[in-house]
Amino acid sequence: MWSRESLEAMGERWTERVQKVRDAIRPFRRRIMLFLAVVGPGLIVSNVDNDAGGIYTYAQSGAKYGNAVLWSLIPMTIALYVSLEMCARMGAFTGKGLSDLVREEFGFRVTFFLMAAVLTVNLGNVMAEFTGVFWASEALGVSRYISVPIAAIVVWVLVVQGTAKVVERIFLAICVVYFAYVISAFLAKPEWLIALLHLLPPQLMRYVPTIKPYVDVPKFDASYAVILAGLVGTTIAPWQHFFLQAAVVEKRVSPRQYGATRNDVLVGSISCMVIVFFIIVCTASTLHVQGILDVDNAGTAAIALKPLAGKWASLLFAIGLLNASLFAASILPLSTSYVVCEALGFESGIDRKFGEAKIFYALYTALIFIGAFLVLVLGKFANTILLWSQVLNGFLLPAVLIFVLILVNRKDLMGDQVNPRGFNWVAWISTIAMILLTLVVAYTSIHDLFAHASN
Amino acid sequence: MMTATELMGAKAYDAQGHYVGKVREFFVEPAEQPNRVAHFLLARGSFQPLVARHDQVAAIETGKIELNVPERALHAYEPNEGWLAVTKDLLDQQIIDTSGRKVVRVNDVDLTEQRTNGNVELRIAQVDVGLPGAVRRLLQGVAPQGMIRGLQNRLPAKTIRWEFVNLVEPDPLRRLKLRITHEKLEDLHPADLADIVEELSPAERQGIIASLDEETAAAVLAELDARLTTQIVEKLDPEKAADILEEMAPDAAADLLADLPKETSDELLEEMPGQEAEEVRELLEWDPATAGGMMNTDFVFVGDKSARDEVLEWMKEQDLNLDQLDTIVLLDGSAQFSGTVPVARLLLAVADQQLSELKMEPLLSVQPDADEKDVFELFDKYNLRMLTVVDEDGRPLGVITVDDVVSKLLK
Repeated sequence: MWSRESLEAMGERWTERVQKVRDAIRPFRRRIMLFLAVVGPGLIVSNVDNDAGGIYTYAQSGAKYGNAVLWSLIPMTIALYVSLEMCARMGAFTGKGLSDLVREEFGFRVTFFLMAAVLTVNLGNVMAEFTGVFWASEALGVSRYISVPIAAIVVWVLVVQGTAKVVERIFLAICVVYFAYVISAFLAKPEWLIALLHLLPPQLMRYVPTIKPYVDVPKFDASYAVILAGLVGTTIAPWQHFFLQAAVVEKRVSPRQYGATRNDVLVGSISCMVIVFFIIVCTASTLHVQGILDVDNAGTAAIALKPLAGKWASLLFAIGLLNASLFAASILPLSTSYVVCEALGFESGIDRKFGEAKIFYALYTALIFIGAFLVLVLGKFANTILLWSQVLNGFLLPAVLIFVLILVNRKDLMGDQVNPRGFNWVAWISTIAMILLTLVVAYTSIHDLFAHASN
Repeated sequence: MMTATELMGAKAYDAQGHYVGKVREFFVEPAEQPNRVAHFLLARGSFQPLVARHDQVAAIETGKIELNVPERALHAYEPNEGWLAVTKDLLDQQIIDTSGRKVVRVNDVDLTEQRTNGNVELRIAQVDVGLPGAVRRLLQGVAPQGMIRGLQNRLPAKTIRWEFVNLVEPDPLRRLKLRITHEKLEDLHPADLADIVEELSPAERQGIIASLDEETAAAVLAELDARLTTQIVEKLDPEKAADILEEMAPDAAADLLADLPKETSDELLEEMPGQEAEEVRELLEWDPATAGGMMNTDFVFVGDKSARDEVLEWMKEQDLNLDQLDTIVLLDGSAQFSGTVPVARLLLAVADQQLSELKMEPLLSVQPDADEKDVFELFDKYNLRMLTVVDEDGRPLGVITVDDVVSKLLK
């Protein structure tokens, strides 16, 4: 029989033990909470990146050049990580957004023109998102004159109602649709070894005798340059840098927690590129091998998903595209008007009332509805809009990177957190490479324009 | 009326009419005069930049400054921490508008001319934070003056008078030299001040909290987001941090310390005076998700046999926080919890009424290890504003007030 005393003693020992476990868990729990509080912006920023413009550009490059564009992914991953990490670091150590820093260090006029450029390029991006909606609805058999206005209104209302954060998570969850490309790539049974070989520069690989016969060496001409510029423009977009730094500031990442944020950015950059790799391999092994070299509508793009979904391919593609487009369309206009208003000193934020932040709301509304309107009017040129919005990103990016590089190397702002020398080398080399690419594209497109005009 | 943007680049001529250089920067020396433009930095090509003092200026018009001394009377420029550089330290920077209670960015600075015996002084009248300033910054030197002015007049003005401008300078030494005080901020409501502080960068935040008096700092910290509070307190000088903690309610101080690393919180408790530290230590023992973790050990208690007037007299003598006091805890002869009396009931009772007759029904209390959910339910069910926490022997340990519940629920 249990005596009362022994029961009580047991109870006490038990409580003690529970308390011990609790005490042991407590710091751990705090650490996890801290980690979750800090992580996120890096993943979101790279995920939103695989938006309508992104998917189109990857599909287009895979269809047109097959594996021959894959070599650009590794340098692009490095450039993406290096450029985003600088912004995250600036956010954590100065506690100020990128546009704020540009304003404080370069003055009003420079900021104004930079913001005007950001606004223009991001309007292009918003148009690309609505083009994504347009394509997706077409694949589902809905007229764009119905789907695009509805999408615009839905996005506008969601954000103004303040439900954006919840919706963001839903979108992020549906991003799993991207894995459809991964699976489809496997089902298409591409020559994996050859695809992996193409991750190394083919221009060098063709000098290795045993590999030579398998290497697909692209001809570096105007359209190849445009594709490369588009790829760079869509994976490393200027708005990401503003968004990431603002998010790091808003999350109040302190210098001590910065390690977690850096890992977040690293994981984000790599995961983004892994998805890109699979999309390109997938389109290369479905479209390119069949001789479909141009993706000009959703129907063609959906063929890439046939190995996985068969006749449901276009449905799957449409859902993925719609999700990606709405996700980006709900983040881009908001973050753009936020950045612009902050930099120029207008009241901003969705927690402000309409009367308090008129310019903020006006910009936000204009971006969505002008973007949607232009897509409806220019519907015929959808693929041109998609590709060129990415190329425009490529134009603005070097400018943004130069500002970032100057700021991040300022000792008075960053203290001992300025760039290490090797880091600066990588960053400057990628910036210069992007400028060169941009110049080539600008030259060829102007050249083309005149060639057309004289015909 | 003139603006900083218009003054920049103005050509300066000396007493003989020789060109000296262009205005590249101008300074206020707050130690001498809070709003007078005290020095002009004049630069010409690769020559050493010169400085003209305010009493060396004879006339100022748009694009032109005339000095009343020859060029050789001017000194060479040497950087001075005590000078506020208007374009570097003020233009494009964030300031606190103490009348509008928010953080704003400066687009331009409006100056007024003042004639004193034989020379002209410029004084800062207000800072421009609206569209007119933005337009001038954009178009100055590109479009003709008249056009800019015309455009500006059509836009809604948004300015802040100089006396309501509070500069934000993270470096404490520089703050001292520039005579930046935060006295005006101390007059704001702590919740407003907390909103302002949240908008600033960490270094600026730190600077402001460090320079506020302890009472205001404590009130602001209590309003801030917990993550921010810990970041700020960790970086404060431990002595100052302990002084601030002392001003906080013990439960708020305990919550704050619980979020700090062990070494830091121990160090701060060492710095605090014995009794306060003891109270906070006791509170720290409780799990934050229990009644003990939510309670405040600062509460008002009286014997349940005392009469209404006795209690009122006693309350007058005590230094009580009247803004927060709305319920009094009653103790019986053996110092055990016997009930609570709302202050409103006390007010309306007759002079010699015993407090035990005024107490609330039913008699409610919780043990410190009660789960927070049970606490929330009690508050909800009985519409409580305050709940007493008692130990196993029925002795009151502390009280949980409705604001503790609200802030817990919002987390």
